[in-house]
Amino acid sequence: MFSSLAAKLDGILKKLQGHGKLDERTVDEALRELRLALLEADVNYRVVKDFVASIRPKALSEQVLASITPGHQVAWIVHQEMVRLLGGESAPIHWSGIDPMVIMLAGLQGSGKTTTAAKLALLLKRQQRRVLLVAADVYRPAAVAQLRTLSSQIGVDCDGGEGDPVAICSAAAVRARREVYDAVVLDTAGRLHIDSEMMEELARIVAAVSPKERLLVADGMTGQDAVKTAQEFHATLSLTGIILTKLDGDARGGAALSVRAVTGAPIKFVGVGEKLQDLEPFHPSRIASRILGMGDVLSLVEKARAQADEEKATEMQRRLRRGELGLSDFLDQLRQVKKMGSLEQLVSMIPGASKLGLADAQVDEGGLARMEAIILSMTKEERARPVLINGSRRKRIARGSGTTVQEVNRLLREFEAMQKMMKRVGGAKLGHRFPFGRLQ
Amino acid sequence: MKAFTRLKAGLAKTRNVLGQGLQLLRSSSAENRQELLDELEELLIQADVGIQTAGIIRDDVSAYFAVHPGATWDDVLGIVRASMVRMLSAVPPAEAAILPPIPPEVVLVIGVNGGGKTTTIGKLAYRHVQAGRRVLLGAADTFRAAAVEQLAIWADRVGADLLAQKSGADPASVAFDAVAAGRSRGNDVVILDTAGRLHTKVNLMQELLKIQRVVGKAHEGAPHEVLLVVDATMGQNAIAQARQFHQSLGITGIVVSKLDGTAKGGVVLPLARELGLPVRWLGVGEGLDDLEPFEAGAFVDALLSAD
Ligand SMILES: Nc1nc2c(ncn2[C@@H]2O[C@H](COP(=O)(O)OP(=O)(O)OP(=O)(O)O)[C@@H](O)[C@H]2O)c(=O)[nH]1
Ligand SMILES: Nc1nc2c(ncn2[C@@H]2O[C@H](COP(=O)(O)OP(=O)(O)OP(=O)(O)O)[C@@H](O)[C@H]2O)c(=O)[nH]1
Ligand SMILES: [Mg+2]
Ligand SMILES: [Mg+2]
Repeated sequence: MFSSLAAKLDGILKKLQGHGKLDERTVDEALRELRLALLEADVNYRVVKDFVASIRPKALSEQVLASITPGHQVAWIVHQEMVRLLGGESAPIHWSGIDPMVIMLAGLQGSGKTTTAAKLALLLKRQQRRVLLVAADVYRPAAVAQLRTLSSQIGVDCDGGEGDPVAICSAAAVRARREVYDAVVLDTAGRLHIDSEMMEELARIVAAVSPKERLLVADGMTGQDAVKTAQEFHATLSLTGIILTKLDGDARGGAALSVRAVTGAPIKFVGVGEKLQDLEPFHPSRIASRILGMGDVLSLVEKARAQADEEKATEMQRRLRRGELGLSDFLDQLRQVKKMGSLEQLVSMIPGASKLGLADAQVDEGGLARMEAIILSMTKEERARPVLINGSRRKRIARGSGTTVQEVNRLLREFEAMQKMMKRVGGAKLGHRFPFGRLQ
Repeated sequence: MKAFTRLKAGLAKTRNVLGQGLQLLRSSSAENRQELLDELEELLIQADVGIQTAGIIRDDVSAYFAVHPGATWDDVLGIVRASMVRMLSAVPPAEAAILPPIPPEVVLVIGVNGGGKTTTIGKLAYRHVQAGRRVLLGAADTFRAAAVEQLAIWADRVGADLLAQKSGADPASVAFDAVAAGRSRGNDVVILDTAGRLHTKVNLMQELLKIQRVVGKAHEGAPHEVLLVVDATMGQNAIAQARQFHQSLGITGIVVSKLDGTAKGGVVLPLARELGLPVRWLGVGEGLDDLEPFEAGAFVDALLSAD
C-alpha cells in the first residue's frame, strides 16, 4: 500500500548512487521511474507528463554537489519543483472588508462538503469569529438535518434548509449583515460538473451573494478524473481555493497536484478525519513528500512537538547522534506512535516507513503486540546492545515471547534499519529539534 | 503554471477521455505501431485502469499485431474490448447470488466515506420492492450526523421497513435487531447500512467484523451478501480499499457508484483482475431507479464510448 511509491523512489536513489554526476541517461532513468510513481499516486497523466518534462532540464543543468549523492540531488529537485507547483506556503482564508465574509463550498457528491463546512465553522469559531452555517442543499435526503446536527455539536448558528438554494443564500447573507456575523459558510448540494443546470445554480448563488471565498471540496482519493471536475468547477466559480478531504487514509493524494495544476487555485486546507477538528492547513511540502512517498518529516516534527518534552527531546537527540538508541527506545516509540491518534497518518509521515515494513506492522495491532512481547523478552542488556543477541539468545527470546525465531530476526532487522534511518533524519536540516523527541 | 495551458485546452468538455482519445487515435495517422501502442497505453492510464493493467491490454494488442500485421483499427478496438471483458468476466452475473433457504436474505453494505452506500441501498431496496419482495433497511450507521434520517427517507420513499436506534447506538446491536426483526416480520430481504470508513482504520474495520459476526448469530448464513461500494471517480486507492475490505470481511460483490459522471470506473478492471471480485451493480445517478445490474460488455462499452 504505502510501499510501491517509496520503494520505487528508493530504487531510483540506489541506482543513481553509483554514478558520479547527473548524466542524461541516469536522469532519464530516474525520471521514467518518477513518472510511473506519480501515475500510481493518481497524479493526472498529462500533469505528470508536463511535470516530468519541466524537471528534466533542471536536473541536467544542476551542478553536481560533492556532499550529496546524485540520487538525493534529483529527489531534492523533484520535491522542490513539486512544492513550487503546489503553491507557496499555505494560504488561509482571506479576510477583507467590513461585510460578513461569505465562504462557499462546492463539489461532487459525497466529497465532504457538509462535514468540511462544519469543520471550517469550528475553526473560525476558535478564532473568535461569529459564524453562520447555511444549508443550501435542499436535494439530498437529510442533508439539512446533517448540517443542523453538526452545527449544534459545535455551537454555531445554522440557517436555511428550505426553498430555493439561491434564495436561501441571499437571505442568509442579509441576516448575517443585520446580525453582524463575521462569516457565512454556504454548504451547497453535491453535483456533477457536467450537470449544466446544477452548475448554473452555483453561478446564480455567486451572482447573488458574491462569496469572497469559492472553495472546491475534492476527495483526496480521486483518480485521473480530478482534473476535469476541477476545471469545470473553476470555469463556473473562478475558484479561490481547494480543500482536499479524506487524506487520513493511505491514498497518495496525487489529485492535489492535478487539481492545482489545472486551476492554479491554492489548496487551502486538508481534511484528515471525520471529526470536526480534523481540518489542517495545507502544507505543500508535506503533500509533495506524501505523493513522492518520501515521508512527511515536517508533519511528524510538528505533531511530536505538540506534546514534546524538550529536555527528553534533547537527550534523545544526543543519544541518537551517538548511535546509542536501543530496542527499549524502539519499543517506546512503537507504543507512543500508537497513542498519538491516527496511526496510519503517522506511519505515512515516517520517512522510509514502507521500506522498513513499518506500514504493515503498524496497522496490524496484533503484530505490534508480538513485537512488544519480543522486546519484553529481552534482557536489559540485550535491549541496549542488540549486537549481543546471538542465535541461542534469539531462540530463548522467541520461546519467551511465544513467537518464532524468524519474527525475532525480522524485528532486529527492522530495528537496525530504523536506527540507520533515524541517524539520517537526525542529521538532516531539522533545526535543533528531534522529530521523535516526544516519542521516546 | 504556464506549462499546463495545453492541458486545460485539451480537456475542455471532454466527457470520456478514453473513448474520445480512441476516436482521435483512429483518425490520426499513427503509422508506427509502437507509437500507437504507447498512445493506447496512455489513454488507458487516463481512464484509471492503472499501469499494470494498461500494460496487459497493450500486450494483448501487441500480440495480435504480431500475428495479424494487417490489423485494422476496428480489430484493435475489438482486442481491447475483449481483453477488458475477459478481466471482468471471471464474474458471475448480477442475479446469480444464491438465496438462503430461509428468508430473509441479509445484505451488508460497506465502503469508504461518501462513496454512495446509503443511496445504493435505497436504489437496491427499490428494485426488490418492485419485484414484490418485502424489504427491511437496518440503520447501522449510527455515527455520521443524520445518517439514520437519510436512510429513513429512503425507506419511506421506496416503501421499505426501517429498523433504527438512536444515533450513537452500537452498530452491531442495530444490525442484530434488524435481522431479528426481518425474521419475525417475514421480510424477504434485510439490507444493512454501515458508516463510511477508510480501510486503514483498524478499529473501524473491527467494528465491521463485529457486525458481520453478530448478524451471523441472528440468522443462519448471514450476511449472505457483502457489497463493497466503490466510487467510480476513485483512483488506484480503490484497489487498496477493496483488498483490505476483502481481507477483513470477505466481499461477495462490488457496486460501482457515480458512473453518470465523467469517470467511468476504470479502476474496476485491475480490481476484478487482481482480486477476482464480481461486480454486481452499477450506480448511474441519485434517483430511485438509477441502479443497473452489471454486465461486463455494457460496462466496457461505456468505458470505451466516445460520448
Ligand atoms: N475519513 C474522512 N472522512 C471524511 C472527511 N471529510 C468528510 N468525510 C466523510 O465523508 C462522508 C461524506 O461527507 P459529507 O460531508 O456528507 O459530503 P458532502 O460532500 O456534503 O456530500 P453530498 O452533500 O452528498 O454531496 C461522510 O461520511 C464524512 O464523515 C475526511 O477528511 N476524512
Ligand atoms: N451522481 C451520482 N451521485 C450519487 C450516486 N450514488 C450516490 N450519489 C450521491 O453521493 C452522495 C453520497 O452518497 P451516500 O449514499 O450518502 O454515500 P455513503 O457512502 O452512504 O456516505 P457515508 O455514509 O457518509 O459514508 C450523495 O449526494 C448521493 O446522492 C450515483 O450513482 N450518481
Ligand atoms: Mg452535503
Ligand atoms: Mg451513508
